[in-house]
Amino acid sequence: MADFLFTLFAFLTVLAAAGVVVNRNAVNAALCLLVSFVGMAALFVLLEAYFLAVLQILVYAGAVVVLFLFVVMLFDVRGGDPRKPYRPIAAASGMAALALLTVGVLSLTKHGQLAAAPPPAMDGGLKVFGYQLLTTYLLPMEVTGFLLLIAMIGVTVLSRKQAEESGDRRQHSEGNA
Amino acid sequence: MHLLLTPGSFPPASLLAVVALPAEVGINHYLLVSALLFAIGFFGVLLRRNTLVIYMCLELMLNASTLAAVAFSRFNGSVDGNIFVFFIITVAAAEVAVGLAIIVALFRLRQTVQTEDLTALRN
Repeated sequence: MADFLFTLFAFLTVLAAAGVVVNRNAVNAALCLLVSFVGMAALFVLLEAYFLAVLQILVYAGAVVVLFLFVVMLFDVRGGDPRKPYRPIAAASGMAALALLTVGVLSLTKHGQLAAAPPPAMDGGLKVFGYQLLTTYLLPMEVTGFLLLIAMIGVTVLSRKQAEESGDRRQHSEGNA
Repeated sequence: MHLLLTPGSFPPASLLAVVALPAEVGINHYLLVSALLFAIGFFGVLLRRNTLVIYMCLELMLNASTLAAVAFSRFNGSVDGNIFVFFIITVAAAEVAVGLAIIVALFRLRQTVQTEDLTALRN
């Protein structure tokens, strides 16, 4: 049963990811991205990382894709990308990347010491998560919180209306401070 | 490389075993999906001209790496990889917000997000 579900969601995720690349309309690409993220969350569930699956839905499918859609609709670019010439070097590089990754995965499978089957049960519940975050990983968590604060301030500064080119130096120096 | 160049087996049997419907899902299946997603994202970054779509493809690549991390964590039976992915998701959220703000600022300045029009630094 789990194998069938894995195949289903793996195909869903990969096909939706391909949809992001081939869709010429940016809104459709963002919706494909949403489907891909949801499929990834399902794969997380199959890996018994339930908390991360919820987080993936909330943060990626909820916040990030909505943010993307907002920006796409803010630009209001009609008609998507104009048809462009096929770039062989891009295709060749993508294929080379895929080939390298596949060789890496296969050699890892062949030579690496991987567990064939997962350990029967892993206590990946919320309790363990919270405990680890507040003991072993306390410093990284504080740093991440600070990073979020910096990102918030940075976005506020970036998205502020820029001062007019003609004058108002005061606003400029304020922005630099 | 000898792994792929064994005579008389192209595509190699291990690749076929991965592509066929898995009898039991192992870590290599997850890693292969992750590699596929990463390659698709990389392909998109190279192919697309819209900065927003390039950014979406970057997110896809980041997500592929987190899938590999979660798979390794599960198959090693430790929760540390999951916590690492938790931090990655947090940082990615901040990164998306800042990146999109930069793209919006760029659009305000230049009225376009197509990479072929953004050639101020060329030559």
